[in-house]
Amino acid sequence: MRIALAGNPNSGKTTIFNSLTGTRQKVGNWPGVTVEKKEGDIRKFGHDIKIIDLPGTYSLTPFSIEEIVARDFILDENPDVVIDIIDASNLERNLYLANQLRELDCKVIFALNMADVARSRGLKIDAAKLSELLGVPVLFTVGNKNEGLDDLLKAAVDLAKSPLVIPEERKVRYSKEIDAAIKDLKATIQQHIDPAFPYNPRWTAVKLLEDDKIIKQRLNEKSGPSGQVILAKAGVLRGRLSKFFNDDPEIVMTDERYGFIAGIIKEVQSSSTRQRVDMSRNIDLVLTNRFLGFPIFIFFIWAMFQATFTLGAFPMEWIDAGVGYLSGFVGGLLPEGLFKDLIVNGMIAGVGSIIIFLPNILILFFCIALFEDTGYMARAAFLMDKIMHLIGLHGKSFIPMLMGFGCSVPAIIAARSLESRKDRILTILITPFMSCSARLPVYIVLAGTFFAAQAGTVIFGIYLFGIVMAIVTGRLFRTVLLRGEDAPFVMELPPYRVPMVKNLMIHMWDRAKMFLKKMGGIILVGSIIIWTLSNFPRYETPKALTPEMAVQNAALQAENSCIGKVGKFIEPVFAPIGIDWRGSVALLTGFVAKEIVVSTMGVLYAADGGAESDALQNALRKSGMTPLSALSMMIFVLLYVPCLATVGAINRETGSVKWTLFNIAFTSGVAWMMSFVVYQGGRLMGF
Amino acid sequence: MRLSDMQKGQTGKIVRIGGEIKLRRRILEMGLTRGSEIYVEKYAPLKDPLELVVRGNHISLRVNEAAEIDVEAAEPAGV
Repeated sequence: MRIALAGNPNSGKTTIFNSLTGTRQKVGNWPGVTVEKKEGDIRKFGHDIKIIDLPGTYSLTPFSIEEIVARDFILDENPDVVIDIIDASNLERNLYLANQLRELDCKVIFALNMADVARSRGLKIDAAKLSELLGVPVLFTVGNKNEGLDDLLKAAVDLAKSPLVIPEERKVRYSKEIDAAIKDLKATIQQHIDPAFPYNPRWTAVKLLEDDKIIKQRLNEKSGPSGQVILAKAGVLRGRLSKFFNDDPEIVMTDERYGFIAGIIKEVQSSSTRQRVDMSRNIDLVLTNRFLGFPIFIFFIWAMFQATFTLGAFPMEWIDAGVGYLSGFVGGLLPEGLFKDLIVNGMIAGVGSIIIFLPNILILFFCIALFEDTGYMARAAFLMDKIMHLIGLHGKSFIPMLMGFGCSVPAIIAARSLESRKDRILTILITPFMSCSARLPVYIVLAGTFFAAQAGTVIFGIYLFGIVMAIVTGRLFRTVLLRGEDAPFVMELPPYRVPMVKNLMIHMWDRAKMFLKKMGGIILVGSIIIWTLSNFPRYETPKALTPEMAVQNAALQAENSCIGKVGKFIEPVFAPIGIDWRGSVALLTGFVAKEIVVSTMGVLYAADGGAESDALQNALRKSGMTPLSALSMMIFVLLYVPCLATVGAINRETGSVKWTLFNIAFTSGVAWMMSFVVYQGGRLMGF
Repeated sequence: MRLSDMQKGQTGKIVRIGGEIKLRRRILEMGLTRGSEIYVEKYAPLKDPLELVVRGNHISLRVNEAAEIDVEAAEPAGV
């Protein structure tokens, strides 16, 4: 049995989904597009139930990908029941989507969620009356207190088992002229349609009158020449309606739906005169204040980075110590030799040097989720839109760009909230310049080694440089490659909410799982490959008598290995930007995942080092690297080709190999040029 | 008058929504329909976008988008 959850953004849909499925959820993608698809399997009332969380949308008009995904799922996958989560404190707007669901002729239940908030605002809703007027079962729920969810699920299961009946009152009524046109077109459809065409004739008629591009396209594909007759008829009717109303039919119909909803609201909702205390508005008086808005915004971003790096430093040390202990313990168990070297210096050192960043990454994702769940993210877009607009972007682009500090992959996926394709591509192309958390280990190691006391400032500067590059390239692309109108900034500023700990935890758990999977998979394999390449072919060295000699031998081995040869081969490319063959190899391996840059350096420089970071720092200092070349390398790491996973995400999200290749070429070129300017410029100035 | 000419704190009623079809539809779907009461909550610190209250929802839109919406102000500006 499959139950789909639909609803407006901010209607509490995610909370209900989390309450129903708990941690038994799978996060994946909708087929063909990379809109996140969440599902959970539960067993209740003697049924195996799959709950599918549809993307949150305000309507089913196919403008954004989310809306298309949600509608296609209901139309083509035929879930047994659709539950529409309605924000009861915001009934009127939420009923718009609800009405579109009613028109779809699927089995639907309305859940009036956040019933407690509505009550505290002095709103009384007559659910029985609403149910009667709309011909749909209506229940009250309070998602964050788990109230009414059992009843909701029970009602959904019962409805799924009963036959589909569409009561007469479920037909949305339009004005006489529109209704006549619908009937007329419906008759034509029934007469000419291919019996295989899957959609209800009345609904199809409504959509064709609204000039729905997707339905028109489906009709063309599936109904052949008879489709042309129908489309021609729809065209004639649209023309007639446009003339009559002196406006486009879809506008008139949207208007009429709201008119219908206003009528329903009058009958079912009464608001007492009690003056409502609107906390949200008071908070906004401060947070989007003319003078305080920006300082507070900057403070939040600053606090986020502080928390990520200073708070994260403690568990980082514990994990570092744990890895060191493990490496010592395993090293003691195994006999000397290649196998021990593989385990200790290849696998444990490789994965260990990256896993210590788990706390940083979790804290960063926690902060971003906190911004989203409280509703502050929308305010950030509100504050930033003017600035983003100046650089040719949409205020909403700010959100993916901010997430880019965490990880480019979800950030690029988040760009789908932008409606215009050009805005999306532009945002996707510049988001990788927002320095992701995987690059941070590289900065920490390099800045920590060469800029000791000023490391924090240098890292902040690198981040800032990435932002500037994003702005400059954004402006450039906008004027050269992706010209055109920007999408409207019609956006809801949802009321502030206290975030639910459970939602935050589930979100963090998802991210941690992804990170650990990456550790166990690509990074482990990458570490082994790099170890192998740097240890073969074997290079005969005299037996090491002192620790110094052992280090020397290891370095000789690395230099004469496969990876050493590759590094030497590409060294001329990197020499002008102050990076030696070992750095070159590290950068090459960084394409797999940016964290690997550090572990490769660990293997190549600190051949004696194990996982402890001190060893790498000492080795780096001895290697002839200067602060200037370290800076050059950091800039290169900031700007060059994002990791494999990001390139994959860019390819999927833009749906274009051309843009993907462009991104690879562009980022590499820019990285090299910028590092060149910094390194050679720095040398000229005598650093 | 145009919505973009309204001051912070003013109320009014939407008379007509113009502009390109996609924008109009989006505006309508967010609940800004003909005849609905609006209240200008505030302008963003950089004077763009602006925040409206319509049917109890807070909606933001850019000044040039608001310029496509004709309103009938309930009270003269500056009161």
